Amino acid sequence: MSMNRRQFLTLAGVSTVLGIGSGTVITGIGKGNLEASQASPDPKAKKAKRWGFVVDVSKLKTGEDYQKCIDACHNIHNVPSHKEKRHEVKWIWTDNYEHAFPNAAEDKFMNKELQEKNFLLFCNHCANPACVRVCPTQATFKRKSDGIVMQDMHRCIGCRFCMAACPFGARSFNYIDPRPAVKVENKEFPTRMIGVVEKCTACYERLAIGKMPACAEASNGAIVFGDLEDPNSEVRKLMAEKYTIRRKPELGTQPSIYYVIGGGEHV
Amino acid sequence: MFEKALSGSGRYWAWIGFLLAVIAVGFLAYMKQLNEGLGITGLSRDVSWGFYIAQFTFLVGVAASAVMLVIPYYLHNFKKYGKIVILGEFLAVSAVTMCMLFILVDMGQPMRVLNVVLHPTPNSVMFWDAVVLNGYLMLNIIIGWITLGADKKQVAPPKWVKPLIYLSIPWAVSIHTVTAFLYAGLPGRHLWLTAIMAARFLASAFAGGPAILILLALIVRKYSKFDPGTDAIQALAKTVTYAMAANVFFFLLEVFTALYSGIPGHAHPIVYLFAGLDGHTMLVPWMRAAAILAFIGLGLLIYPKTRENEGTLKFALVAVIIAAWIDKGMGLVVGGFVPNPFEGVTEYSPTAPELAITFGVYAVGLLVLTLLYKVAIAVREENPAVDH
Amino acid sequence: MYNSGKIIAGLAVFLILATLPFLFNLGNANEKIEPSINTPEINAMPVKQCVESKAFMRSEHMQLLNDWRDEVVRNGNRIYTSRSNGNQYSISLQNTCMKCHSNKKDFCDKCHNYMAVKPYCWSCHIEPKEKGL
Repeated sequence: MSMNRRQFLTLAGVSTVLGIGSGTVITGIGKGNLEASQASPDPKAKKAKRWGFVVDVSKLKTGEDYQKCIDACHNIHNVPSHKEKRHEVKWIWTDNYEHAFPNAAEDKFMNKELQEKNFLLFCNHCANPACVRVCPTQATFKRKSDGIVMQDMHRCIGCRFCMAACPFGARSFNYIDPRPAVKVENKEFPTRMIGVVEKCTACYERLAIGKMPACAEASNGAIVFGDLEDPNSEVRKLMAEKYTIRRKPELGTQPSIYYVIGGGEHV
Repeated sequence: MFEKALSGSGRYWAWIGFLLAVIAVGFLAYMKQLNEGLGITGLSRDVSWGFYIAQFTFLVGVAASAVMLVIPYYLHNFKKYGKIVILGEFLAVSAVTMCMLFILVDMGQPMRVLNVVLHPTPNSVMFWDAVVLNGYLMLNIIIGWITLGADKKQVAPPKWVKPLIYLSIPWAVSIHTVTAFLYAGLPGRHLWLTAIMAARFLASAFAGGPAILILLALIVRKYSKFDPGTDAIQALAKTVTYAMAANVFFFLLEVFTALYSGIPGHAHPIVYLFAGLDGHTMLVPWMRAAAILAFIGLGLLIYPKTRENEGTLKFALVAVIIAAWIDKGMGLVVGGFVPNPFEGVTEYSPTAPELAITFGVYAVGLLVLTLLYKVAIAVREENPAVDH
Repeated sequence: MYNSGKIIAGLAVFLILATLPFLFNLGNANEKIEPSINTPEINAMPVKQCVESKAFMRSEHMQLLNDWRDEVVRNGNRIYTSRSNGNQYSISLQNTCMKCHSNKKDFCDKCHNYMAVKPYCWSCHIEPKEKGL
């Protein structure tokens, strides 16, 4: 078969690109070395069909009560405290009723105490999460076993689509190196690096060894963590007794944090 | 054919040198961003997309606008566009290149970008955006280069190019629709959660893109022997007119729904853009200027005498381009993040390194455009376009 | 030949650029790389064995760590059963591997620096402090 130089070069070039390209893709998508039997869950791990929280802020009286929950989380997870507000990274924080439930706000006849009461806000671990839907690499994904919305820091490309998608402002991005700003270092847990998104991950590393989330443990009963699908769990019992609301339920993301309204004698 | 880009006048090389200098500065700024993180930009926890993504959004529209030449010429045999189609296709190549570069410089971990290919996620609009942008780039490179090569040899292009050309028509619409879907499917951002987002994007693209192309054609006519033809320019100007009219109309529809419905969450972003919110008014002068320029440009375009006069036409087109750029390149992205999910306001403005990187990417796009146009002009100066 | 001045000058520049890596390393003899397992934790072990054999680790630790991170983060499996010694280990770079190999500079870095490989593991996973520093 006769072919001129240009045709030969084109054929060679296209074959090389296709060969290298498909080789990379095939080996990249290929399985790893581990056999299925080699990795197994810890038998101590806590299990649930769908983890959820009931937050009763009437049990948090002073600023320190709130700060204890925040510090419990931020300290064991090496969450940095940056100087500039625009770079701030937070997994759990406080804000008042008007900001936590903005669609229900603009009510000047509302109970003043409730309006000024601080709520503890963190990732809602939605059952129909918008962030998971938009992530192009599945770096954020919903755990099939128990519904926690996870964050794979190794895979995140830092596109911040999830931050645009989250209607609750639960996610933070590492705009600058977090390490210098980590006040209290927990050597048993990694930090993050620049260019990845992070958020509350329901203390999955503690659940894996049978412990409760740090914020719940430090909250003195204000944050109760349990299986929403188990009708006998403490969270379901609380939800049966008290009136609870969720943030922005009309958006259909099915958040898993239920806030008690009108708990205790005072709100 | 590429050797045609390697010979030129002193002015040509001075322009190339200037572009390379801007690219070098942008590159150094990007190195700083890779080292220190996106914290050197004006982005924040509340406004997590800014100038880079805004430029990407605007340029996707410019890239899609090539279809406004392809449809009349290839589907409806509008011969007047014969000379100018190649300029539109090469503009699309340059614009898509800039789009992809803007996405790359916006990423926190760009070295991991292949994860999008290694872990394909069909439910993510961004995955599809990557697919359609790369596809469109390939399509336009192939179509442009093959048709131009055929002109050089004074033959009709090979038959297999025709299906690719037909494919590029819905593909062009798809790149901008998919980009609009990035915004329009997010539940928490009131400015973006509107069905008319994709339609508005396309109208703005078909106004701004051909406007840029006309100005480029006029520049080409001034600095070379290649004349795209007054008929082509006037026909394209009519396209800009209708598209801009639709664009302005769609925007007014948005304003009506937001303000007449009275729903606070719905109205707040538009109020922030045009009047300010809680005393934050950074974007207000820009948005108002854009509105004024849009109406002036549209008026000059609608009135035939000012559209046919090339002096006023140039002014009208610049006004339209600036208005479309402010709308997409500044108001849309930032407005989506203001107010934040807690109804608070965090403002955003780009920093100097951010602007340096932006200019660097624009310079890369202009370089690609210059080189491709040089080739196209050189070929066309020697050989007229072959009817196909 | 035409333009012989420019061509010869260009060839000379190309040769220098192409051989720069070798010129930079002139005089550095091929040193034998010996990562050190002399750490207090390893010295205190009655039977000195790693999660897998030395040969396996040398060639496969990268793939093993890749698989490990997917198992923990994505699949929720934290217990690893070793192929070579049947023991169970907790899957963790920071809390298992680095607990014994607490001398990153004399162990991990030895080979990585020689091969000019810069894995970014320790941008996040906190490396153990060097003793005495």
